[in-house]
Amino acid sequence: MTIDIAIRQRFAGFELDAAFRIAKPGVTALFGPSGAGKTTIANAISGLLRPQEGRIAIDGRVVLDKSAGIDVPPRARRIGYVFQEARLFPHMSVDGNLRFGWRRAAQRASEDEFARVVDMLGLDHLLVRKPAKLSGGEKSRVALGRALLASPALLLLDEPLAALDAARKAEIFPYLERLRGRLPMIYVTHSLDEVTRLADELVFVKAGRIAAQGSVFDLLPDLEFASLAGTPSYGAVFEATISAQRDDDKLTVVAFDGGKLIVPRIAQPLGTRLRVRLRAEDVMIARERPREISANNILEAAIVSLRSDDDGHADVQLRSGGVKLVARITQASAVRLGLAAGTPVFAVVKSVIVDLR
Amino acid sequence: MLTDVEAQALLLSLRVSLVAVVGALPFALATAVLLARARFPGKTLVDSALHIPLVLPPVVVGYLLLTLLGTRAPVGAWLLHNLGIRFAFSWTGAALASGLITFPFQLRAIRLSLAAIDGGLGQAAETLGAGPLDRFFNVMLPLALPGIVTGAITAFAASLGEFGAIITFVSNIPGETQTLPLAIYSAIQSPGGEAEAARLSLLSISLALAGMVLAEMAERRTRALVGQ
Repeated sequence: MTIDIAIRQRFAGFELDAAFRIAKPGVTALFGPSGAGKTTIANAISGLLRPQEGRIAIDGRVVLDKSAGIDVPPRARRIGYVFQEARLFPHMSVDGNLRFGWRRAAQRASEDEFARVVDMLGLDHLLVRKPAKLSGGEKSRVALGRALLASPALLLLDEPLAALDAARKAEIFPYLERLRGRLPMIYVTHSLDEVTRLADELVFVKAGRIAAQGSVFDLLPDLEFASLAGTPSYGAVFEATISAQRDDDKLTVVAFDGGKLIVPRIAQPLGTRLRVRLRAEDVMIARERPREISANNILEAAIVSLRSDDDGHADVQLRSGGVKLVARITQASAVRLGLAAGTPVFAVVKSVIVDLR
Repeated sequence: MLTDVEAQALLLSLRVSLVAVVGALPFALATAVLLARARFPGKTLVDSALHIPLVLPPVVVGYLLLTLLGTRAPVGAWLLHNLGIRFAFSWTGAALASGLITFPFQLRAIRLSLAAIDGGLGQAAETLGAGPLDRFFNVMLPLALPGIVTGAITAFAASLGEFGAIITFVSNIPGETQTLPLAIYSAIQSPGGEAEAARLSLLSISLALAGMVLAEMAERRTRALVGQ
């Protein structure tokens, strides 16, 4: 799976000049502030926008090449598009909406596959309803199903959760997570939280340019990236697998590249892949290995760099084995502990967030 | 209950209005789509010109039709000799005049409903594999249906009351061009026709009321049908 994108589009007072390549399957987040040009890029990929210059190829299939006069219309690009506002056809039932793209697909999915998608998205009891009778979360799920059933080679999601409240977001996340691995996705968002949960690759868009690109595991804990993105550093995100179940104390051990973490019981078999998130504010630093402490996880780490902000905080970039961590402490503590690049320390982890993959 | 003359006038009115509305509908739809989509110089002028029948005295419309389509007028003579079509002094002429005068009602209602359709739905249909005609017939047209129905019913109601254009263009011939309003006019003009005029007026009022109720019901049904 490779997607090559290079587009240039001038609007009054704004120029988009974006080129990037997605070479891995999975979820690529197109992340950046509002107005950075993310939706313009998504529209150009789908074909709804015709950029002034550019070339877009999906797995070697050129869908746009302005200099060669190639411009495949959206209906022939096989790109599923989930819009922020769902855009369901109000005069059709949920079933009619789901079958709209399904009927028109060059290679139509089987009825079994149709039923599987309906089941996966929990739409069985909604099929006869009209969109006006659906909740916001239900509309999102139908939009997702409708795009999926058109058998796309790539799924574009433009802020699919932005219009939903926190409870509805939490309702949709599991469905999105189930989609991972089924087909490559480009996920447009301005929410760092959504990036940390869903994305594998991160493309950072700022003022019409691609300002950074890389794996979320590399970029999210990176202090320079946080500085570039103008956000507080999120913390560490990395992959892990369940390596042991401790039945006596109801804990689960997960192994990652560089150590082990003990977390509250996850009722999944050994070897289950997980995404682990350690938020910067949940990591403390000690110069000596603490004893008699409630935290279960103390990781040996080395300081890579420090970054101070104007509010008296210091973000400390750590490396523990093969993963990057971040600890948010006060500048006073950093001075008191005499922290500097290269200092060996212990990272005391107060809380671990685990997402099933 | 109704005398033969009354029944004749009633049925003729319904027939003239139905043909007027159904005949004008495709033109109104095509014009509305064109005005919604196309951009061309002088569009505002064309737009205004299409609404002229609304503000022109109907008698003037009738007069213009007569000078154009009368049996000895250029176009009318040609149609009669070559295609055997005669509008003058015929009920089809009454339908033509009514259709022309009520055309703006249909155009306006369809345009409003087309303008109210979220353009994003067309884009969504496009990404789902639908071409231009497919999008028009399966997304735009069904969503414009409430407007089409409203426009048709309004035009039908307005057409039932048309008087000036009909009497000027196709005259007042019982059984051929004498619709309800023309029959009422004739009754008032004839000595001792007051009772007949009152009966015909009552019939007209009942028809209008029934029409309003039907229109309301039809609009609600279509709106529900398209999920609005």
